[in-house]
Amino acid sequence: MKTSFTVNGTPCSLDLDPRVTLLDALRDHLDLTGSKKGCDHGQCGACTVLVDGRRINACLSLAVMHDGDQITTVEGLSENGRSPLQSAFVRHDGMQCGYCTPGQLCSATAVMSEIADGWPSHVSDTLAGPYAMTREELAERMSGNICRCSCYPGINAAILEIAEEDVGYAEAAE
Amino acid sequence: MRPFDYQRPETLSGAHVAARDGATFIAGGTNLIDLMKLEVMAPDTLVDISRLGLDQINTHEEGLHVGATVTNSDLAADMRVRQAYPVLARALLAGASGQLRNKATTGGNLLQRTRCPYFYDTDTPCNKRSPGSGCAALGGEMRNHAVLGTSDHCVALHPSDMAVALRALDAKVEVEDSDGTRRAIALDEFYRLPGDRPDQETTLNAGDLITGAILPAPFGGRQTYRKVRDRASYAFALVSVAAMVRMDNGRISNVALAFGGVGTRPWRDRDVENLLIGEAPSQKLFDTAGDILMKDAVLYDGLEFKDTLVRRLLTATLTELTQ
Repeated sequence: MKTSFTVNGTPCSLDLDPRVTLLDALRDHLDLTGSKKGCDHGQCGACTVLVDGRRINACLSLAVMHDGDQITTVEGLSENGRSPLQSAFVRHDGMQCGYCTPGQLCSATAVMSEIADGWPSHVSDTLAGPYAMTREELAERMSGNICRCSCYPGINAAILEIAEEDVGYAEAAE
Repeated sequence: MRPFDYQRPETLSGAHVAARDGATFIAGGTNLIDLMKLEVMAPDTLVDISRLGLDQINTHEEGLHVGATVTNSDLAADMRVRQAYPVLARALLAGASGQLRNKATTGGNLLQRTRCPYFYDTDTPCNKRSPGSGCAALGGEMRNHAVLGTSDHCVALHPSDMAVALRALDAKVEVEDSDGTRRAIALDEFYRLPGDRPDQETTLNAGDLITGAILPAPFGGRQTYRKVRDRASYAFALVSVAAMVRMDNGRISNVALAFGGVGTRPWRDRDVENLLIGEAPSQKLFDTAGDILMKDAVLYDGLEFKDTLVRRLLTATLTELTQ
């Protein structure tokens, strides 16, 4: 089935079996292997990408359902080199094996947008907003991204540093 | 995954035409695609309803109308929901992960399947997956299973947080049949008990399409959703409660309580509410409410903890809301 979407600003047209997930389309058909297949069941978050600015599990979505969508993968978070968040991950040693890192980066980028947009979370004291990136909010909002090396201290430090530096970062990165 | 035909209609009538020979509707797909990968479900035709304009939240004569493809994220973030239906916003935020809430929809959440591990394991018998084959959970490992509404054929738990809040809110499911006729099904009438046909989970007919949910204006008072789980985030409920309580002159004048993690469907027991209405809050009252709630519970090995846990949650929640 003919499917067209934009990935990291580049229009792509593919002829896909409807069974192909968005993750497999990105990795196997477009050679964008940054997004990782961890559990392939939506439990680990390694496949997290942004669709029209929102984070989703690419493994639990059919590519043919994304006709016309704007998709951002880890390869597209920065136009040249590293985004500030990516640099912060390096600085804070926010990885060991690195397999979850693309998903962590995409998810964290979206979390900053969600906080800027005033979305509440399970741990928010009030539903009225606004919200700030506290350690508790971060842990809750990033709970869909598992790091089996347990590099959470470094991951959290990197995200908190960027969130504190510039709350408008997420919008600027889009 | 088994091969299937994929259709993406642009109108509701087109969706019914595409599904006329039997089809499975897909919106977010976060549960369905997983089940298709495992070949627990193998639809011949998938009809994608994500582009039918069912993604709006509108005011309604009864309160609020939530389109079937409104995502869990959008519903939880909607300021009208946060202000008037905090029990629903809290239930949604207690469920799944940020990524999943961005895809999971209102209609899909209502129809999500159990997380009973034997339902997902096609090498074991399961009356829900394969009617008449037996139940591997009975006599097997039990933890995330139901204690209320079970039968000798099935002990599978309904996993939703959202639907528990909707049941407390007396929500209705808006459905359009294949002729285009709409009707509203009270959530009380929407889910079936498993009985001897656990594969039949709702009162929907073949060809019915959920178009939305209707949320009546809640009675005044306080609302909360409390969820107990094995880890602090991103886990299904061991026990949860959606609670709305109104107090007048030190007495409970109105109450709605629905429970997750205990029933084969989002659980609500009017006898519990009738006991509480008109009474002043006390530990003795809450204990009696727990007795009524759990009077027909079947506690298989491994599930005994739910009896204690749900009573404590009931007490903690009612204490909080009646203070």
